[in-house]
Amino acid sequence: MNFLPGIFNYLVVVFLMMAGFYVVIAQGNLIKKLVGLGLFQASVFILYITMGNLAGGRAPIVVEGVTAYSSPLPHVLILTAIVVGVATTAVGLALAVRIHEAYDSVEEDQIHAEDIAADEALMNAETTGREDGRR
Amino acid sequence: MIAVAAIRLSDLFAVVMLFGVYSLLTAALFMDLDAVDVAFTEAAVGAGVTTVLMLSSLHLTKRWEVLPRRKPLLSLLVVGITGAALVYAVLDAPLLGDPTAPVHQHVTPRYIEQGAEEVGVPNLVTAVLASYRGYDTFGETVVIFTAGLAVLLLLGIHEDARMRPGVSAIGDQVVLRSVVKPLLPLILLFGLYVQFHGDFGAGGGFQAGVIFATAFVLYDLVFGDGSARSVVPPGWLHRLAALGVLIYGGVGVYSLLAGKAFLDYSALAADPVHGQHLGVLLVELGVGIAVFSVVLLIFYAFSGRSRRR
Repeated sequence: MNFLPGIFNYLVVVFLMMAGFYVVIAQGNLIKKLVGLGLFQASVFILYITMGNLAGGRAPIVVEGVTAYSSPLPHVLILTAIVVGVATTAVGLALAVRIHEAYDSVEEDQIHAEDIAADEALMNAETTGREDGRR
Repeated sequence: MIAVAAIRLSDLFAVVMLFGVYSLLTAALFMDLDAVDVAFTEAAVGAGVTTVLMLSSLHLTKRWEVLPRRKPLLSLLVVGITGAALVYAVLDAPLLGDPTAPVHQHVTPRYIEQGAEEVGVPNLVTAVLASYRGYDTFGETVVIFTAGLAVLLLLGIHEDARMRPGVSAIGDQVVLRSVVKPLLPLILLFGLYVQFHGDFGAGGGFQAGVIFATAFVLYDLVFGDGSARSVVPPGWLHRLAALGVLIYGGVGVYSLLAGKAFLDYSALAADPVHGQHLGVLLVELGVGIAVFSVVLLIFYAFSGRSRRR
Protein backbone atom coordinates (compact mmCIF):
# COMPACT_ATOMS: atom_id res chain seq x y z
CA MET A 1 0.00 0.00 0.00
CA ASN A 2 1.08 3.55 -0.46
CA PHE A 3 1.93 4.05 3.17
CA LEU A 4 3.39 7.52 3.26
CA PRO A 5 0.63 9.39 1.36
CA GLY A 6 -1.93 7.50 3.43
CA ILE A 7 -0.46 8.68 6.67
CA PHE A 8 0.69 12.15 5.61
CA ASN A 9 -2.47 13.90 6.85
CA TYR A 10 -2.06 12.43 10.32
CA LEU A 11 1.53 13.68 10.50
CA VAL A 12 0.35 17.16 9.53
CA VAL A 13 -2.27 16.92 12.26
CA VAL A 14 0.33 15.96 14.86
CA PHE A 15 2.58 18.82 13.76
CA LEU A 16 -0.21 21.40 13.95
CA MET A 17 -1.44 20.01 17.25
CA MET A 18 2.00 20.28 18.79
CA ALA A 19 2.45 23.79 17.39
CA GLY A 20 -0.79 24.85 19.08
CA PHE A 21 0.15 23.02 22.29
CA TYR A 22 3.53 24.79 22.35
CA VAL A 23 1.89 28.19 22.04
CA VAL A 24 -0.54 27.42 24.83
CA ILE A 25 2.09 26.33 27.35
CA ALA A 26 5.13 28.39 26.35
CA GLN A 27 3.79 31.85 25.64
CA GLY A 28 2.53 34.36 28.14
CA ASN A 29 0.22 36.48 26.03
CA LEU A 30 -3.37 35.48 26.66
CA ILE A 31 -4.62 36.36 23.16
CA LYS A 32 -1.77 34.40 21.60
CA LYS A 33 -2.70 31.47 23.82
CA LEU A 34 -6.21 31.60 22.41
CA VAL A 35 -4.80 31.55 18.87
CA GLY A 36 -2.74 28.50 19.91
CA LEU A 37 -5.86 26.86 21.24
CA GLY A 38 -7.50 27.58 17.88
CA LEU A 39 -4.61 25.91 16.04
CA PHE A 40 -4.92 22.86 18.27
CA GLN A 41 -8.66 22.77 17.72
CA ALA A 42 -8.32 23.02 13.93
CA SER A 43 -5.84 20.14 13.94
CA VAL A 44 -8.42 17.96 15.69
CA PHE A 45 -10.96 18.97 13.04
CA ILE A 46 -8.56 17.87 10.29
CA LEU A 47 -7.99 14.57 12.11
CA TYR A 48 -11.71 13.78 12.19
CA ILE A 49 -12.36 14.76 8.60
CA THR A 50 -9.36 12.74 7.45
CA MET A 51 -10.75 9.66 9.16
CA GLY A 52 -14.14 10.15 7.53
CA ASN A 53 -12.70 10.28 4.02
CA LEU A 54 -13.23 7.31 1.73
CA ALA A 55 -11.14 6.56 -1.35
CA GLY A 56 -13.34 7.04 -4.43
CA GLY A 57 -16.14 8.35 -2.23
CA ARG A 58 -18.25 11.43 -2.86
CA ALA A 59 -19.43 14.17 -0.54
CA PRO A 60 -22.30 12.69 1.52
CA ILE A 61 -25.19 14.14 -0.47
CA VAL A 62 -27.24 11.38 -2.07
CA VAL A 63 -27.09 11.44 -5.86
CA GLU A 64 -28.53 8.80 -8.20
CA GLY A 65 -26.04 6.17 -9.22
CA VAL A 66 -23.44 6.84 -6.55
CA THR A 67 -22.95 4.34 -3.75
CA ALA A 68 -19.64 5.33 -2.15
CA TYR A 69 -19.85 8.32 0.15
CA SER A 70 -17.52 9.69 2.78
CA SER A 71 -18.81 9.03 6.28
CA PRO A 72 -21.21 11.82 7.29
CA LEU A 73 -20.81 11.25 11.01
CA PRO A 74 -17.41 12.96 11.52
CA HIS A 75 -18.64 15.81 9.36
CA VAL A 76 -21.59 16.38 11.66
CA LEU A 77 -19.46 16.29 14.79
CA ILE A 78 -16.93 18.75 13.39
CA LEU A 79 -19.52 21.05 11.85
CA THR A 80 -21.08 21.67 15.24
CA ALA A 81 -17.68 21.72 16.95
CA ILE A 82 -16.55 24.61 14.73
CA VAL A 83 -19.50 26.78 15.69
CA VAL A 84 -19.21 25.82 19.35
CA GLY A 85 -15.48 26.59 19.02
CA VAL A 86 -16.09 30.16 17.91
CA ALA A 87 -18.56 30.66 20.76
CA THR A 88 -16.08 29.41 23.37
CA THR A 89 -13.26 31.45 21.80
CA ALA A 90 -15.49 34.49 22.18
CA VAL A 91 -15.90 33.70 25.88
CA GLY A 92 -12.10 33.40 26.20
CA LEU A 93 -11.57 36.73 24.43
CA ALA A 94 -14.17 38.37 26.65
CA LEU A 95 -12.30 37.11 29.71
CA ALA A 96 -9.04 38.46 28.27
CA VAL A 97 -10.66 41.85 27.72
CA ARG A 98 -11.90 41.96 31.31
CA ILE A 99 -8.46 40.91 32.60
CA HIS A 100 -6.92 43.71 30.56
CA GLU A 101 -9.32 46.17 32.14
CA ALA A 102 -8.43 44.99 35.62
CA TYR A 103 -4.65 44.63 35.22
CA ASP A 104 -3.91 46.76 32.13
CA SER A 105 -2.02 43.80 30.66
CA VAL A 106 -2.68 40.46 28.98
CA GLU A 107 0.78 39.08 29.73
CA GLU A 108 0.66 36.25 32.24
CA ASP A 109 3.95 37.23 33.94
CA GLN A 110 2.87 40.81 34.52
CA ILE A 111 -0.48 39.66 35.89
CA HIS A 112 1.22 37.29 38.34
CA ALA A 113 3.68 39.99 39.39
CA GLU A 114 0.85 42.38 40.02
CA ASP A 115 -1.04 39.76 42.03
CA ILE A 116 2.00 39.05 44.19
CA ALA A 117 2.63 42.75 44.73
CA ALA A 118 -0.98 43.25 45.77
CA ASP A 119 -0.79 40.30 48.18
CA GLU A 120 2.41 41.62 49.77
CA ALA A 121 0.96 45.08 50.16
CA LEU A 122 -2.05 43.56 51.88
CA MET A 123 0.12 41.49 54.24
CA ASN A 124 2.33 44.47 55.07
CA ALA A 125 -0.74 46.50 55.89
CA GLU A 126 -1.98 43.72 58.21
CA THR A 127 1.32 43.33 60.10
CA THR A 128 1.77 47.07 60.57
CA GLY A 129 -1.82 47.23 61.74
CA ARG A 130 -1.15 44.53 64.35
CA GLU A 131 2.00 46.24 65.56
CA ASP A 132 0.09 49.47 65.96
CA GLY A 133 -2.46 47.63 68.09
CA ARG A 134 0.26 46.21 70.38
CA ARG A 135 1.69 49.62 71.05
CA MET B 1 3.88 26.78 7.61
CA ILE B 2 1.47 29.60 8.24
CA ALA B 3 1.00 28.16 11.70
CA VAL B 4 4.73 28.53 12.36
CA ALA B 5 4.70 32.13 11.21
CA ALA B 6 1.74 32.76 13.49
CA ILE B 7 3.70 31.47 16.46
CA ARG B 8 6.91 33.38 15.74
CA LEU B 9 5.45 36.83 15.20
CA SER B 10 4.94 39.14 18.11
CA ASP B 11 2.73 41.58 16.22
CA LEU B 12 -0.59 40.19 17.32
CA PHE B 13 -2.40 41.92 14.45
CA ALA B 14 -0.38 39.90 11.94
CA VAL B 15 -0.90 36.77 14.04
CA VAL B 16 -4.66 37.16 13.86
CA MET B 17 -4.59 37.82 10.12
CA LEU B 18 -2.44 34.73 9.54
CA PHE B 19 -4.86 32.74 11.67
CA GLY B 20 -7.64 33.80 9.31
CA VAL B 21 -5.60 32.64 6.30
CA TYR B 22 -4.91 29.37 8.09
CA SER B 23 -8.66 28.86 8.56
CA LEU B 24 -9.32 29.45 4.89
CA LEU B 25 -6.65 26.93 3.92
CA THR B 26 -8.18 24.41 6.32
CA ALA B 27 -11.51 24.97 4.63
CA ALA B 28 -9.95 24.23 1.24
CA LEU B 29 -8.49 21.02 2.68
CA PHE B 30 -11.92 19.96 3.99
CA MET B 31 -13.35 20.57 0.54
CA ASP B 32 -10.72 18.27 -0.91
CA LEU B 33 -11.61 15.60 1.66
CA ASP B 34 -15.28 15.62 0.54
CA ALA B 35 -16.50 17.43 3.62
CA VAL B 36 -18.40 20.23 1.88
CA ASP B 37 -20.60 21.17 4.83
CA VAL B 38 -17.64 21.41 7.14
CA ALA B 39 -15.61 23.44 4.64
CA PHE B 40 -18.54 25.81 4.39
CA THR B 41 -18.72 26.29 8.13
CA GLU B 42 -14.98 26.68 8.57
CA ALA B 43 -14.78 29.32 5.83
CA ALA B 44 -17.66 31.34 7.27
CA VAL B 45 -16.66 30.98 10.92
CA GLY B 46 -12.88 30.76 10.94
CA ALA B 47 -12.03 33.24 8.25
CA GLY B 48 -14.93 35.58 8.99
CA VAL B 49 -16.33 35.76 12.48
CA THR B 50 -13.30 34.62 14.51
CA THR B 51 -11.03 37.14 12.79
CA VAL B 52 -13.41 40.01 13.47
CA LEU B 53 -13.80 39.01 17.13
CA MET B 54 -10.05 38.61 17.63
CA LEU B 55 -9.39 41.98 16.01
CA SER B 56 -11.91 43.75 18.18
CA SER B 57 -10.46 42.25 21.32
CA LEU B 58 -6.98 43.28 20.16
CA HIS B 59 -8.35 46.78 19.81
CA LEU B 60 -9.45 46.51 23.45
CA THR B 61 -6.14 45.17 24.70
CA LYS B 62 -2.67 45.62 23.24
CA ARG B 63 -1.38 45.02 19.77
CA TRP B 64 2.22 44.18 20.63
CA GLU B 65 3.35 41.22 22.64
CA VAL B 66 5.96 41.87 25.33
CA LEU B 67 9.09 40.25 23.97
CA PRO B 68 11.41 38.81 26.64
CA ARG B 69 9.60 35.52 27.08
CA ARG B 70 10.22 32.64 29.39
CA LYS B 71 12.78 30.02 28.43
CA PRO B 72 11.04 27.80 25.90
CA LEU B 73 13.31 24.79 26.54
CA LEU B 74 11.11 22.93 29.02
CA SER B 75 7.96 23.51 26.95
CA LEU B 76 9.78 22.37 23.82
CA LEU B 77 10.76 19.18 25.62
CA VAL B 78 7.20 18.46 26.73
CA VAL B 79 5.88 19.21 23.24
CA GLY B 80 8.58 17.02 21.67
CA ILE B 81 7.77 14.02 23.87
CA THR B 82 4.01 14.35 23.32
CA GLY B 83 4.56 14.77 19.59
CA ALA B 84 6.76 11.68 19.40
CA ALA B 85 4.14 9.63 21.25
CA LEU B 86 1.45 10.85 18.86
CA VAL B 87 3.55 10.09 15.77
CA TYR B 88 4.08 6.58 17.15
CA ALA B 89 0.32 6.23 17.57
CA VAL B 90 -0.32 7.57 14.07
CA LEU B 91 1.79 4.82 12.51
CA ASP B 92 -0.99 2.39 13.43
CA ALA B 93 -3.81 4.60 12.18
CA PRO B 94 -5.93 3.48 9.21
CA LEU B 95 -4.67 4.94 5.95
CA LEU B 96 -6.46 7.84 4.28
CA GLY B 97 -9.50 6.62 2.34
CA ASP B 98 -9.24 3.01 3.54
CA PRO B 99 -12.74 1.49 3.26
CA THR B 100 -12.05 -1.02 6.06
CA ALA B 101 -11.29 1.70 8.61
CA PRO B 102 -13.40 1.55 11.79
CA VAL B 103 -15.09 4.83 10.87
CA HIS B 104 -16.73 3.19 7.87
CA GLN B 105 -18.11 0.20 9.83
CA HIS B 106 -20.61 0.44 12.71
CA VAL B 107 -23.32 3.07 12.13
CA THR B 108 -22.01 4.73 8.97
CA PRO B 109 -23.37 2.15 6.47
CA ARG B 110 -26.82 2.48 7.98
CA TYR B 111 -26.73 6.29 7.73
CA ILE B 112 -25.61 6.09 4.11
CA GLU B 113 -27.88 3.30 2.94
CA GLN B 114 -31.08 4.22 4.73
CA GLY B 115 -30.62 7.86 5.68
CA ALA B 116 -32.26 9.20 2.53
CA GLU B 117 -35.35 6.97 2.84
CA GLU B 118 -35.77 7.17 6.61
CA VAL B 119 -35.37 10.91 6.99
CA GLY B 120 -36.36 11.98 3.49
CA VAL B 121 -33.38 14.32 3.19
CA PRO B 122 -30.71 13.79 0.51
CA ASN B 123 -27.97 15.62 2.40
CA LEU B 124 -26.83 12.92 4.80
CA VAL B 125 -24.91 15.38 6.96
CA THR B 126 -28.14 17.24 7.65
CA ALA B 127 -29.97 13.95 8.27
CA VAL B 128 -27.45 12.78 10.84
CA LEU B 129 -27.12 16.24 12.38
CA ALA B 130 -30.78 16.92 12.94
CA SER B 131 -32.34 13.50 13.18
CA TYR B 132 -30.07 10.60 14.15
CA ARG B 133 -27.94 12.71 16.46
CA GLY B 134 -30.56 15.30 17.33
CA TYR B 135 -29.72 15.10 21.04
CA ASP B 136 -26.08 16.09 20.44
CA THR B 137 -27.08 18.97 18.23
CA PHE B 138 -29.58 20.17 20.80
CA GLY B 139 -26.83 20.06 23.42
CA GLU B 140 -24.51 22.02 21.17
CA THR B 141 -27.14 24.65 20.47
CA VAL B 142 -27.56 25.07 24.21
CA VAL B 143 -23.77 25.37 24.61
CA ILE B 144 -23.69 28.17 22.02
CA PHE B 145 -26.57 29.89 23.80
CA THR B 146 -24.74 29.59 27.12
CA ALA B 147 -21.52 30.95 25.61
CA GLY B 148 -23.48 33.93 24.35
CA LEU B 149 -24.87 34.47 27.85
CA ALA B 150 -21.37 34.24 29.33
CA VAL B 151 -20.02 36.89 26.97
CA LEU B 152 -22.95 39.15 27.76
CA LEU B 153 -22.36 38.70 31.50
CA LEU B 154 -18.65 39.47 31.11
CA LEU B 155 -18.86 42.41 28.72
CA GLY B 156 -22.46 43.56 28.56
CA ILE B 157 -23.85 45.64 25.70
CA HIS B 158 -23.31 49.33 26.18
CA GLU B 159 -25.37 52.07 24.70
CA ASP B 160 -23.16 55.04 24.11
CA ALA B 161 -23.84 58.68 23.42
CA ARG B 162 -20.86 58.63 21.09
CA MET B 163 -22.54 56.00 18.96
CA ARG B 164 -22.81 57.52 15.51
CA PRO B 165 -24.60 55.45 12.94
CA GLY B 166 -23.41 56.42 9.50
CA VAL B 167 -19.93 57.49 10.64
CA SER B 168 -17.52 54.61 10.32
CA ALA B 169 -14.31 54.14 12.28
CA ILE B 170 -12.46 53.47 9.06
CA GLY B 171 -13.64 56.72 7.54
CA ASP B 172 -15.87 57.30 4.58
CA GLN B 173 -14.60 54.68 2.15
CA VAL B 174 -16.61 55.28 -0.99
CA VAL B 175 -15.34 52.19 -2.77
CA LEU B 176 -16.03 49.91 0.19
CA ARG B 177 -19.50 51.35 0.66
CA SER B 178 -20.55 51.03 -2.93
CA VAL B 179 -19.22 47.48 -3.11
CA VAL B 180 -20.80 46.39 0.15
CA LYS B 181 -24.20 47.92 -0.52
CA PRO B 182 -25.24 45.66 -3.43
CA LEU B 183 -23.45 42.76 -1.75
CA LEU B 184 -25.52 42.81 1.44
CA PRO B 185 -28.87 41.65 0.04
CA LEU B 186 -27.03 38.93 -1.86
CA ILE B 187 -25.37 37.69 1.34
CA LEU B 188 -28.71 37.69 3.14
CA LEU B 189 -30.39 35.88 0.26
CA PHE B 190 -27.57 33.36 0.21
CA GLY B 191 -28.02 32.86 3.95
CA LEU B 192 -31.71 32.10 3.47
CA TYR B 193 -30.90 29.71 0.62
CA VAL B 194 -28.36 27.89 2.78
CA GLN B 195 -30.88 27.71 5.61
CA PHE B 196 -33.79 26.25 3.67
CA HIS B 197 -31.91 24.31 1.04
CA GLY B 198 -29.68 22.64 3.64
CA ASP B 199 -31.55 19.35 3.37
CA PHE B 200 -30.80 19.04 -0.37
CA GLY B 201 -27.40 20.64 -0.82
CA ALA B 202 -24.56 21.64 1.44
CA GLY B 203 -25.66 23.92 4.23
CA GLY B 204 -27.96 24.10 7.21
CA GLY B 205 -28.81 26.10 10.29
CA PHE B 206 -25.29 26.51 11.64
CA GLN B 207 -23.85 27.88 8.40
CA ALA B 208 -26.87 30.02 7.62
CA GLY B 209 -26.84 31.58 11.08
CA VAL B 210 -23.20 32.51 10.74
CA ILE B 211 -23.62 33.88 7.18
CA PHE B 212 -26.58 35.99 8.25
CA ALA B 213 -24.68 37.37 11.21
CA THR B 214 -21.66 38.09 8.98
CA ALA B 215 -23.81 40.27 6.75
CA PHE B 216 -24.78 42.46 9.72
CA VAL B 217 -21.22 42.54 11.05
CA LEU B 218 -20.05 43.75 7.62
CA TYR B 219 -22.77 46.38 7.56
CA ASP B 220 -21.73 47.62 10.99
CA LEU B 221 -18.03 47.71 10.09
CA VAL B 222 -18.44 49.61 6.83
CA PHE B 223 -21.37 51.87 7.58
CA GLY B 224 -20.33 52.92 11.06
CA ASP B 225 -20.64 51.85 14.65
CA GLY B 226 -24.14 51.10 15.73
CA SER B 227 -25.79 51.14 12.31
CA ALA B 228 -26.50 47.40 12.51
CA ARG B 229 -27.87 48.03 15.97
CA SER B 230 -30.50 50.38 14.64
CA VAL B 231 -31.64 47.63 12.25
CA VAL B 232 -31.59 44.76 14.74
CA PRO B 233 -31.64 46.06 18.33
CA PRO B 234 -29.90 43.88 20.97
CA GLY B 235 -33.15 43.47 22.84
CA TRP B 236 -34.63 41.54 19.93
CA LEU B 237 -31.57 39.37 19.69
CA HIS B 238 -31.86 38.30 23.33
CA ARG B 239 -35.36 37.07 22.59
CA LEU B 240 -34.40 35.56 19.22
CA ALA B 241 -31.56 33.54 20.76
CA ALA B 242 -33.93 32.12 23.36
CA LEU B 243 -36.57 31.55 20.68
CA GLY B 244 -34.16 29.48 18.58
CA VAL B 245 -33.38 27.12 21.45
CA LEU B 246 -37.07 27.07 22.32
CA ILE B 247 -38.07 25.98 18.80
CA TYR B 248 -35.63 23.08 18.96
CA GLY B 249 -36.69 22.04 22.44
CA GLY B 250 -40.33 22.63 21.61
CA VAL B 251 -40.19 20.18 18.70
CA GLY B 252 -38.76 17.62 21.13
CA VAL B 253 -41.44 18.23 23.74
CA TYR B 254 -44.16 18.10 21.08
CA SER B 255 -43.02 14.64 19.98
CA LEU B 256 -43.01 13.60 23.65
CA LEU B 257 -46.59 14.77 24.04
CA ALA B 258 -47.54 12.96 20.85
CA GLY B 259 -46.45 9.72 22.48
CA LYS B 260 -43.05 9.25 20.82
CA ALA B 261 -39.51 9.65 22.15
CA PHE B 262 -37.97 13.11 22.67
CA LEU B 263 -37.02 14.57 19.27
CA ASP B 264 -38.60 11.68 17.35
CA TYR B 265 -39.87 13.71 14.41
CA SER B 266 -42.08 10.98 12.97
CA ALA B 267 -44.66 12.20 15.48
CA LEU B 268 -44.96 15.52 13.62
CA ALA B 269 -47.04 14.25 10.70
CA ALA B 270 -49.16 11.27 9.79
CA ASP B 271 -46.51 9.99 7.39
CA PRO B 272 -43.28 9.27 9.35
CA VAL B 273 -40.92 10.31 6.54
CA HIS B 274 -42.84 13.53 6.01
CA GLY B 275 -42.71 14.12 9.75
CA GLN B 276 -38.96 13.56 9.78
CA HIS B 277 -38.50 16.07 6.98
CA LEU B 278 -40.64 18.65 8.75
CA GLY B 279 -38.77 18.04 12.00
CA VAL B 280 -35.40 18.53 10.32
CA LEU B 281 -36.59 21.81 8.79
CA LEU B 282 -37.93 23.14 12.09
CA VAL B 283 -34.90 22.10 14.08
CA GLU B 284 -32.53 23.64 11.54
CA LEU B 285 -34.56 26.83 11.70
CA GLY B 286 -34.16 26.87 15.48
CA VAL B 287 -30.43 26.31 15.19
CA GLY B 288 -30.12 29.02 12.55
CA ILE B 289 -31.96 31.60 14.63
CA ALA B 290 -30.01 30.76 17.78
CA VAL B 291 -26.60 30.83 16.06
CA PHE B 292 -27.38 34.06 14.20
CA SER B 293 -28.47 35.95 17.28
CA VAL B 294 -25.70 34.66 19.53
CA VAL B 295 -22.94 35.53 17.03
CA LEU B 296 -24.36 38.99 16.46
CA LEU B 297 -24.83 39.56 20.21
CA ILE B 298 -21.20 38.63 20.83
CA PHE B 299 -20.14 41.09 18.13
CA TYR B 300 -22.26 43.84 19.69
CA ALA B 301 -20.73 43.12 23.08
CA PHE B 302 -17.18 43.50 21.75
CA SER B 303 -17.87 46.55 19.58
CA GLY B 304 -19.77 48.24 22.41
CA ARG B 305 -16.68 47.94 24.59
CA SER B 306 -14.47 49.47 21.92
CA ARG B 307 -16.49 52.64 21.88
CA ARG B 308 -16.56 52.99 25.63
CA ARG B 309 -12.80 53.27 25.94
